[in-house]
Amino acid sequence: MSGKRDSRPASHDTDVDAVRLDAELARTWGTPGGLWGMLTTVDHKIIGRRYIATAFVFLALGGILAVLMRLQLATAEGRVLGPDRYNQVFTIHGSTMMFLFAVPVMQAMAIYLVPLMVGTRNIAFPRLNAFSYWIYLAGGALLWISFALDMGPDLGWFAYAPLSGPQYGAGKRADIWAQMITFTEIAALAVAAATVVTVFKQRAPGMSLDRIPLLVWSMLVTSFLVIVAMPAVVLVTSSLILDRLVGTHFFNPAEGGDVLLFQHLFWFFGHPEVYIIFLPAAGMVSTIVETFSRRPVFGYLPLVMALIATGILSFGLWVHHMFVTGLPRLGESFFTASSMAIAIPAGVQIFCWLATLWGGRPRFATPLLFVIGFIVTFVIGGLTGVMVASVPFDTQVHDTYFVVAHFHYVLVGGAVFPLLGAIVYWFPKITGRMMSERLGRWSFWLIFIGFNLTFFPMHILGFQGMPRRIYTYQPDLPWQGLNMFVSLSAAILVAGFLLFFFDALRSLRSGATADADPWGAPTLEWATASPPPAYNFARIPVVSGSNPLWERPDALPVATGLRTDRRELIVSSVAEGRPEARESSPRNSIWPFLAAIATTVMLVGSIFTPWAVVWGAIPIGITLVGWFWPGGTPEDES
Amino acid sequence: MIARLRCIAMAMPLLLSGCSGWQSVLDAQGGPAQRLEQLILWIVVVCAAVWLIVVAVLAGALLRRRAPSGDPLALDARRERRMMIAVVIGIGTTVVIITAFTVASFFATRSLTVALPTDLTIEVRGLQWWWDVEYRNEDPALTVKTANEIHIPVGRNVRIRLTGVDVIHSFWVPSLAGKQDLIPGRANELTIRAERPGVYRGQCAEFCGVQHARMALLVIAQDDADFDRWLRAQGAAAAERPDDAEIARGRQLFLSKPCAACHAVRGTPAAGATGPDLTHVASRRFIGAGLLPNTRGSLAAWIADPQTLKPGNNMPLVPLEPEELRAVSAYLASLQ
Repeated sequence: MSGKRDSRPASHDTDVDAVRLDAELARTWGTPGGLWGMLTTVDHKIIGRRYIATAFVFLALGGILAVLMRLQLATAEGRVLGPDRYNQVFTIHGSTMMFLFAVPVMQAMAIYLVPLMVGTRNIAFPRLNAFSYWIYLAGGALLWISFALDMGPDLGWFAYAPLSGPQYGAGKRADIWAQMITFTEIAALAVAAATVVTVFKQRAPGMSLDRIPLLVWSMLVTSFLVIVAMPAVVLVTSSLILDRLVGTHFFNPAEGGDVLLFQHLFWFFGHPEVYIIFLPAAGMVSTIVETFSRRPVFGYLPLVMALIATGILSFGLWVHHMFVTGLPRLGESFFTASSMAIAIPAGVQIFCWLATLWGGRPRFATPLLFVIGFIVTFVIGGLTGVMVASVPFDTQVHDTYFVVAHFHYVLVGGAVFPLLGAIVYWFPKITGRMMSERLGRWSFWLIFIGFNLTFFPMHILGFQGMPRRIYTYQPDLPWQGLNMFVSLSAAILVAGFLLFFFDALRSLRSGATADADPWGAPTLEWATASPPPAYNFARIPVVSGSNPLWERPDALPVATGLRTDRRELIVSSVAEGRPEARESSPRNSIWPFLAAIATTVMLVGSIFTPWAVVWGAIPIGITLVGWFWPGGTPEDES
Repeated sequence: MIARLRCIAMAMPLLLSGCSGWQSVLDAQGGPAQRLEQLILWIVVVCAAVWLIVVAVLAGALLRRRAPSGDPLALDARRERRMMIAVVIGIGTTVVIITAFTVASFFATRSLTVALPTDLTIEVRGLQWWWDVEYRNEDPALTVKTANEIHIPVGRNVRIRLTGVDVIHSFWVPSLAGKQDLIPGRANELTIRAERPGVYRGQCAEFCGVQHARMALLVIAQDDADFDRWLRAQGAAAAERPDDAEIARGRQLFLSKPCAACHAVRGTPAAGATGPDLTHVASRRFIGAGLLPNTRGSLAAWIADPQTLKPGNNMPLVPLEPEELRAVSAYLASLQ
């Protein structure tokens, strides 16, 4: 940040001993303390940690809303929430969990782990990555502040037109929902671009495509899904805002618009969204299964193929969310077939994990418990997914509690269980301390049992005719007993999550200290200290297999020749991971933060007037000029 | 419990308290719903078997005894090959099952009866938050408008033509058929059929705003004679009771207060079209789209304060003196 030309002679990692190397790298890559350091840092680990912590705060907030809904629905004609509040609560629960928790937390894990797992010093486009976090935070704040002011969106997390359109969606609630999407999509696209480039161009020497850890593969495929799917939802929310703000008629049938267009665009994003959440979890499962089975994962190639096949197929399924809208039956049958077909790659993954466990020597630590819980519950979610893929089946259960049960089995069983396992697994790497094994087991069993008791009966409620998104029901309907049971069971689930959070917070301070590789894991992030230094690796490791730490248990070979006095990393070839060049990596900067503020002002202003787009563009332009201005740092010059 | 409730539904088809609460996929009472029920049951059984097998294999993988070994990279080539064969068999089985499901779904969809234009056709319009029901007929005496209650003849296919007016709603009477959306700008159709006389409850299945939870409807299946009698009664103009002073006063108030701006009562000048047709409101079982059983008392309560009973609904509070409220509710209760 000095802005002065560096006049010292170039310093390379070959010139210095280990101690001086660490000191020099720490000076070059470090983040200064205090508020300034917080706002300017571009370190992927700091941003990743921040992202993960923020996402878990949103999980807790969304969880509180879930508890409120269960209190309301525990009895017929409940009076805990009025209809308007209830509709806000379920909308914000869904929007928070999808847009502010599930997608960001998975991308946050990528931000933290991918550079370490591919053996590089920082994520690609680190300033864009920093920008992404601030934008995400602003989007989350927008939604929750509006909720606190009793003007939260009340339209469902999908906000179908025309209910969300200018005629029926009064006030600014729909606009707030739509702009919250814009925020989170910008953030997600930024991280996706950074992840793809990191994986393709910054891998350690020797890490050819067939040696990439499966978690990194899953994050790569996910990032492509984000890049292809998210523009569809930005399109639909932008069209909605235009309908509401400047009187276009995209979704107004009276003026030649089409309400079903909204659904097509939304679900063209919305279905891949499920896999944007699930595929990273699948990567976590592969990683945990491998480490705790103490053997290489069975079927690396089929697992990679399954990830890619799932990613591609996920774009051909969206119509199964629209089976009862009156589309032609023959066309719908095509989407039945494609929706069923995704069971094949899902099956490949499940069978390969089972085979890995079968052929290995399982060690029943908490992360593996969560993975076992994942297999048991996710298979139920997958099978109910096959059920709703059938058009005739779906005409009965669509928009009922059966579907609520189904997607919680997929998203909680399929993604949150592996995520919790992953948190326990990587906690020592991120914090340098272990979580408690005893509390981990307790929280696993509470969450696993509580989850199944809460959500399994919802399948039956759906068959009994209970629709989704109703704020109450009448006592003469036969739903009271099960609803009360569900609400009571939710208390067990909540207790499990509270215990998990308590354990995590306590372990942050007083957990047992962890060495570099406490689990005996095979991948590169365990080749550096826990927590890793600012520069990740003093010397970049060289890889000769897909489980480097098992193949070379004593010491990994390293690549040398990077400068220590400026931020440099190795750029390698896409397929073979052959080192190609030394590339400079941007320094800390305040501009991403300022650009995020300018963008926030513009986006929030555009809720109220289209002129905000015009005038708001000026500060954004200024901050971007500042961001990209050649600042005279050695990295900028090279 | 299902059997018991089914008994109640059969024994007391027109006694609403016992069965109006019954809207279950697994209590199919008509051809389309019965075919869906069969398909649902066998898919669920097959899937349950798949899940049991996966969990059994998982348990085996976790619990089987094995020799200790140190090197994670030392793999037994024979076992790897056997596991590969097992995985391939598993995938093959998956393919067979999902192919069977896909084919079965396709034929189940095709076998769902499609009613012909010659069958009884009922126009249903979905509005926030009630159902407008219309039986069109060349004979004006059989042209009927009603709300939130559909009568059908037993054992016949009935064509429901669904039109969205404001936002998207979804018509769902699970005991009689799967659901179908009502979408503004589009016309959809659904065939329902009841094999036995009975009262079948349904409700809106697509989130449609603040009172989505209070948008129920009843389908009442009757034998041909009862149905014809009902249709003729509904086709008639509203009952006039000039002999009863309170009812006459209620009629006069209904027509002079804002009521008639939104509601129609055929045979009177009231011709409003934004609220439910009230010509024979007293013949209906519920008011407020399934909100309250229809009694003179509940009518009075509803008129006195609709926004407390169903917050956000489109009926405004019309200030009435107690005596006026009694008269208007007496009038409405007389509209058999």
